Amino acid sequence: MSSKPTLLKILDVTSLILLGAATYLALVYAPTERVMGDVQRVFYFHIGTAWVGLLGFVLAAVVGVAYLVSKDLKWDIIGVATIEISVVFFFITIMLGSIWARPTWNTWWNWDPRLTTAAITELVYVAYFMLRAGLEDPERRARFGAVYALLGGLSAPITFMAIRLFRSIHPVVIGTGQGETLPLSSDMKVAFFFALFAFTVIFIDLFWNRIRLGQLESKVEQLKLKVM
Amino acid sequence: MVSSPHPSFFQAVAAVVRKDLTAEFRSRELLSAMLVFSLLVILIFNYALELELGVREKVAAGVLWATFAFAGTLGLNRSMSTEKDRGCLDGLLLAPVDRSAIFFGKAISNLVFMLIVEAIVLPLYALLYNEGRIFQPGFLAVVLLGSIGYIAVGTLLSAMSVQTRTRDVLLPILLFPVAIPVLLSAVKASTGFLTGAEMAEIWPPLNLLIVYDIIFTAVAFMVFDAVVEE
Repeated sequence: MSSKPTLLKILDVTSLILLGAATYLALVYAPTERVMGDVQRVFYFHIGTAWVGLLGFVLAAVVGVAYLVSKDLKWDIIGVATIEISVVFFFITIMLGSIWARPTWNTWWNWDPRLTTAAITELVYVAYFMLRAGLEDPERRARFGAVYALLGGLSAPITFMAIRLFRSIHPVVIGTGQGETLPLSSDMKVAFFFALFAFTVIFIDLFWNRIRLGQLESKVEQLKLKVM
Repeated sequence: MVSSPHPSFFQAVAAVVRKDLTAEFRSRELLSAMLVFSLLVILIFNYALELELGVREKVAAGVLWATFAFAGTLGLNRSMSTEKDRGCLDGLLLAPVDRSAIFFGKAISNLVFMLIVEAIVLPLYALLYNEGRIFQPGFLAVVLLGSIGYIAVGTLLSAMSVQTRTRDVLLPILLFPVAIPVLLSAVKASTGFLTGAEMAEIWPPLNLLIVYDIIFTAVAFMVFDAVVEE
């Protein structure tokens, strides 16, 4: 049994420190937003987790193609790892968005294209795990998972466009609420880009750990088969 | 039937379609289930939404597409599980034809079933709610395009879901989130036709529908091999 690589251990510790630093920057260092007040501080983690979530879903579609082409089970381990992390982070994004929306939009939820697409995307990957849970043969599970990850990755942008058809006359407030047109002061930018960086490192760390876990899992499965 | 030992792609597709249609027209299990189910769904919507004249115009397309989507999963599930249960799928896979011919064969027969159901439900809806605008060519084209996209993804996913432990339950869960773009743009475009909107307003959803159909038919065609291989 290989023990945990030193580099990974260092990365674990770094991730923790970065998370702490990002929290400090978001909650203390960044100035309070004039209109929305302290609740706007949720924004730094909201975007950070969303970025990581989307990164993982895109990665999963690419990895899905890699699996279908090569039929190498290592791609399956990578695919599951990225989707599993992304589902969690994306869920956090939606939760944080809701917390932010309550005081600023005066509602926990509205049917803005981004929110709706996020919810549907999350459901796609929940379905992904339900699909995997129903399959025992690891090779078939990998194949179906790859196909579904690919379909999910392709449908998400089209879903966004489709939902936008219904919201073409929506008030502009919603469009500006999500970041890119939000005017940021330079201190805010520091906190913002640091959060992005921190979450990227955290993603890589979790990703690596999860891939290791996946490899150990398949090793255990092989050993079990050998005993039986 | 097919005489040459190596049938062409189109012969193979046609053979699969013919097999499905013959089996269905003998038993009529699938079509009757889809039809009765569709009518029940419309009945439920009628009371759930209190489809009065003012409301109806706005929600008619939504009601119809929700009905088709539900009936569609019923048909897709049934069509694939009969293949799986009696080992027909293995037989089909053993045939010396391109796997994608099997996909297109299944998809076309599923599409035919869905269109038959729609061909009965739409006039009935028109009759029940006195909605003559259903019969304009634009609306019917949307119905066709929407059904194509839905069935293309649905056929692929039903081939996956029948091989899982939770088979019947799984198909809608897999299919709906991925098929949302097709349903939304179909609803939008059909509402446009039913309310007599300008074509400029109808084109965006219609284009999206066409794009979806092309992308997902192509992808389903490419990955079907990976779904049925043993």
